[in-house]
Amino acid sequence: MSRSRRMGSIVDAVGNTPLLRLRKVTADTPDVKVYLKLEYTNPGGSVKDRPALQIMRDAIADGRLTKDKILLDATSGNTGVAYSIYGAALGYRVALVMPSNVSQARKDITQAFGTELIPSDPMEGSDGAIRLARELIEEEPEKYFYADQYRNPSNPRAHYLGTGVEILEQVGDEITHFVAGLGTSGTCMGTTRRLHDHSRPIHCVAVEPAEAMHGLEGMKHMASSIVPEIYDPKLPDEHMPVGTEDGWDMADRLAEEEGIHVGHSTGANVFGALEVAKRIGKGCVVTIACDRGDRYFAPMRWEKHYEW
Amino acid sequence: MAITVRIPTPLRTLTEGKDEVEAKGSNIREIIDDLEGNYPGLKERLCDDKGVRRFVNIYQNEEDIRFLDSLDTAVKDGDSISIVPAIAGG
Repeated sequence: MSRSRRMGSIVDAVGNTPLLRLRKVTADTPDVKVYLKLEYTNPGGSVKDRPALQIMRDAIADGRLTKDKILLDATSGNTGVAYSIYGAALGYRVALVMPSNVSQARKDITQAFGTELIPSDPMEGSDGAIRLARELIEEEPEKYFYADQYRNPSNPRAHYLGTGVEILEQVGDEITHFVAGLGTSGTCMGTTRRLHDHSRPIHCVAVEPAEAMHGLEGMKHMASSIVPEIYDPKLPDEHMPVGTEDGWDMADRLAEEEGIHVGHSTGANVFGALEVAKRIGKGCVVTIACDRGDRYFAPMRWEKHYEW
Repeated sequence: MAITVRIPTPLRTLTEGKDEVEAKGSNIREIIDDLEGNYPGLKERLCDDKGVRRFVNIYQNEEDIRFLDSLDTAVKDGDSISIVPAIAGG
């Protein structure tokens, strides 16, 4: 797993992410190895590079995405960054529907690649963005390729073919538990499917925000959301609600104690992984670092005004 | 003194589905207490013992109350208060 690979295109840099053993935050459970898969080392800085590229590749291969169409999707950010990068690299136009309360950084990053942004109502969250995207598709179906990360089987497929296979290669037969948060659910669904194919049972845990209104960006509280079509609630062996503050505090600890500055969804994943570690006492838990903390929304003075 | 409060989608289960409700009070703290009286459970979604929860943003008109006087921010008739999730979900 070399980060000094020579490659012919930025798309070749997606995947093959490092797996890092956590040593400090796991001090209470010395007999459990806890690993974090550093998805933020993808070119777009997040785990979403995998589904975005898979969605584009599969659609190009069967002719759904062509040069005369615009790739459209609803995204709160990371998937949009990924579409923007690979759209630019592969020569396809991209338009994104985003709630207008996503951070300015997200808007700036995607626009840097020539992506068109369509704002949706900040009060409606990611579901409002999904609804607006669907309206746009209905109005002008010929104009767009609707990537639809919430419904597109290429999303979990990216993790079935990539993340899951890599984890098994990296930890071998050691892994006993896998923990992943639910957003589109692609990471959890695809990776869990691959791990369940393994010869020995691997217990897979889906982490969800404990409350409908939460601060774990990228995650979905399924009971109060438009449920993604790719989501199968029966697939994970266990569901674990995690509170926003627990996820945020763990993200802070990872920065201070491990030197890993991650987003809050990663904090929630690691919180979940450590809960599992405490319970099992002995084993090997793998979870996902979805993105870096520096991509994060913080209420900063220069961002304090919103246009409704 | 009636103030309009805009409610985000995930909290509308507590406000009988309403996206906008009226509340009384002379500052944000009183507004939230008044809301809690009419819509029990709302306060704990917005505040903890330290004040407004870190991932909740409350706006007086277009200004985040964190940059005003937080819960003590004075409100006046005709103001519009908005509760906005700090993040935009999946």
